Amino acid sequence: MTCEEAIVLVHALIDGELDASHAREVEAHAGSCARCAAELAAARDLQRALRGNELRYTAPASLRASIDRAVPKPADAPSRRSLLQGFALGSAMTAAAAAGVTFVIVGGDRDDRILGEAVSAHLRSLQADHLTDVQSSNQHTVKPWFNGRIDLAPPVIDLTGQGFTLIGGRLDYIDGKPVAAIVYRRRVHVINLFVMQGMGGSLGAPKLETIQGFNILRWSEQGFNLMAVSDLNREELEEFGTKFESAAKAS
Amino acid sequence: MRHAQVALAGSGSGDKAQRFRAAALPYLDDVYALARYLLRNTADAEDAAQECYLRAFRHFETFRGGPIKPWLLAILRNVCRAEYARRVTQPAMQADGLQAAEQCVDGLWTEGGSSPEADALGRLDGETVQRLIAELPDQFREAIVLREVNELSYREIADVAGVPVGTVMSRLARARALLRAAWIAEENKS
Repeated sequence: MTCEEAIVLVHALIDGELDASHAREVEAHAGSCARCAAELAAARDLQRALRGNELRYTAPASLRASIDRAVPKPADAPSRRSLLQGFALGSAMTAAAAAGVTFVIVGGDRDDRILGEAVSAHLRSLQADHLTDVQSSNQHTVKPWFNGRIDLAPPVIDLTGQGFTLIGGRLDYIDGKPVAAIVYRRRVHVINLFVMQGMGGSLGAPKLETIQGFNILRWSEQGFNLMAVSDLNREELEEFGTKFESAAKAS
Repeated sequence: MRHAQVALAGSGSGDKAQRFRAAALPYLDDVYALARYLLRNTADAEDAAQECYLRAFRHFETFRGGPIKPWLLAILRNVCRAEYARRVTQPAMQADGLQAAEQCVDGLWTEGGSSPEADALGRLDGETVQRLIAELPDQFREAIVLREVNELSYREIADVAGVPVGTVMSRLARARALLRAAWIAEENKS
């Protein structure tokens, strides 16, 4: 684990957001790195200091009463008309804002979320000693492993000859759905290639994005959406994408 | 869309009102607290909380179950954004607070400082701490309030703020660094 990762992960640690094995890794890192140990101590100290204080606010009784009046009571199921009047009064809301609410709740920033989850899944795979469920550099071993575990047959392509070593496959979850993770290595860099069912709408040309220092290359082919996540530099990750694509076309 | 929702709300029975009251009203303090921190004054916070509950009731059909607190806070945040966008984006930090924050670039620790134990924060009174939090820049203030006051998980904060979990983590790290720096500056003042 690098200090860059650890310095952020100490916060997940003190917030109880890490599972036992991640937590051990962060603690082990802090045990051997004065800088991250200080970060951890300072974060804990701040949390302790904050929790010694009353940070909450209590809603005034007048507000409670006013909301109580505005929301219909079960006893007097309101007529449609009075309900509409209530809304007109209570609301300075525009149609756009209303659409915004629905969007935030139902749609969310789905794209951002998926990218974030891909990075999280990548991080998890590196830290939890769970990089692969099936460890093999043979594509004919990795591909059948997914049979019956996920309802898609992901393209598994050995690119060892082209500088990207296939090391195995894993089942992972992104956006609440099972996805195939195909794992490659380039020197010391791990590449997680996530393969999921395309959701209609192709991603078109490959897109390269950077989140939290990780590069993510996304494209779609053969009805799949593919996301390659790595700390590999942009150029080499793009090279990976190109080589994967041309090998996929040839196969 | 809007018309459909109004019609839905209009046909709502007493049952809907009852379910909504039972589910949503217990979280009024949470909603109000977030509004206070985001908008930084009592009157606006009360208006926003009220508007939040009206919208939540109207959209209650779109609530898909699960914890309702993050759902309410997402609506509240939207109310605050939409109605008070101009105010909320105003720079919040005092000049000296900002300076203190900028000195703290990489983390909570300070270069060449003494051991972390020696740096333990002293006690400040509750109102002062509330003010220090209120003076944090928007996105960091929002993250730390959702975590330390509303006690949401990272996943829930990510959903409320509409950002990836990784961003939540880095915002919290930054928020804590800024808050710690402001805390120390405040201690040195007195």
